[in-house]
Amino acid sequence: MKSYTDSSCVIRPLTIIGLVLLLTFSVFGETAAQGDEPTEDEVNTIAEQLYCPVCENVPLDVCGTQACAQWRATIRKKLAAGWNEKQIKQYFSNQYGVRVLAQPPTQGFNALFWALPPVAFLVSAFFVLRFIRNIRRKQQPADGQPAAEQANADDYVARLERELEQWR
Amino acid sequence: MILVGVKLYQVTLGPVSSGGAPDFTLTTFEGESHTLSDYQGQVVVINFWASWCGPCELEAADLEQAWRDYKERGVLFLGIDYVDTETEARAYLQKRGVTYPNGPDLRTAISQAYRIKGVPETYIVGKDGSVTETIIGPTDYARLTAILDRLLNE
Repeated sequence: MKSYTDSSCVIRPLTIIGLVLLLTFSVFGETAAQGDEPTEDEVNTIAEQLYCPVCENVPLDVCGTQACAQWRATIRKKLAAGWNEKQIKQYFSNQYGVRVLAQPPTQGFNALFWALPPVAFLVSAFFVLRFIRNIRRKQQPADGQPAAEQANADDYVARLERELEQWR
Repeated sequence: MILVGVKLYQVTLGPVSSGGAPDFTLTTFEGESHTLSDYQGQVVVINFWASWCGPCELEAADLEQAWRDYKERGVLFLGIDYVDTETEARAYLQKRGVTYPNGPDLRTAISQAYRIKGVPETYIVGKDGSVTETIIGPTDYARLTAILDRLLNE
C-alpha cells in the first residue's frame, strides 16, 4: 500500500508533466495545422481580385459556379503551398490571361487602359473650352451693340443740342 | 473609343465558322506540342471543353469513340481545355477514358482566336486548313462521323 502510495507520489508529478507536455504539443500542433490551412478570408482577399472569364463581371469571391469553386480551391492550395498573393495572381494571369485580373497590369498594351481616361478627359476639356470661347466670341459683337447704340444716341443728343442752340 | 468599337465588332462576329482556321500550338497535359498548321492535308477536330461543363460530359464518350474509329484514317482530334484547373481536367479525362491529345488553353488564346461563346464547341478543319463545320453545344457520334466521312471523301 505504501509502495503504491510512494509510487503514486512519483507518478503524479510525472503524469502532470506529461499532461502539460501533451497539452502544450497538442495546442502547438493545432496552431501549426491552422497556419498551414489558409483561412476563407485569405482565399477571398485574392479571389476578389480575380474574375473568371466564364462568369463575366462577377468577382471570384462571390461567383457561385463550379469553375469559380475550382479556382478558389486552387488559390487555397497555392496558399497552403506557401505562395504569396503576387505569385498566385501571376499564376492565374499566365494560365488564363490578364483579363482575369481585376486590375490589369500597367505595362504594354494594357497601359492604354490607364492612360486613355485622363487623355480623353483632357481632350474633352480642350474641346469644351474651345466651344465656350467660340460662343463668347460670337456674343462679343452683340455685347458691343448697346455701346454703339449709346454712341449713336450721344451723337444724336449732341446734334440736337447744337441745332437747338442755333434756334435760340 | 476605337478599341471599344473593335471589341464590340469582334463580339458581333460570333464563332469562327468559315475561312482559314486560326493557327495555334497546343501543349498537352503530357507535354507534347501540336501546331494546327503542321496538320495541313489532314482533317482536324478541335473540341473545346472543361471539367466543370456538364454538357461536355454528354459528348465525351462519342468524341472518344469517333477518335478511335477515325485516327487510322488520318483524322486528328485535339481537345482544348477551357478555363479549367489541371487537377480536375486530368481527373475528367481519366474518368471518361479520353485518349486523344488534350491540353489547357493557356491565357485563353485559342478560345479567343476561335471566338468561342461557351463550351462545348467543336470546330472541324478540312484538309485545306479551313473551318468547314462549327458545332455549338454537345455533338454526337452520328453527326461527327457524317461530317468526317464527307470531308475524307472530298
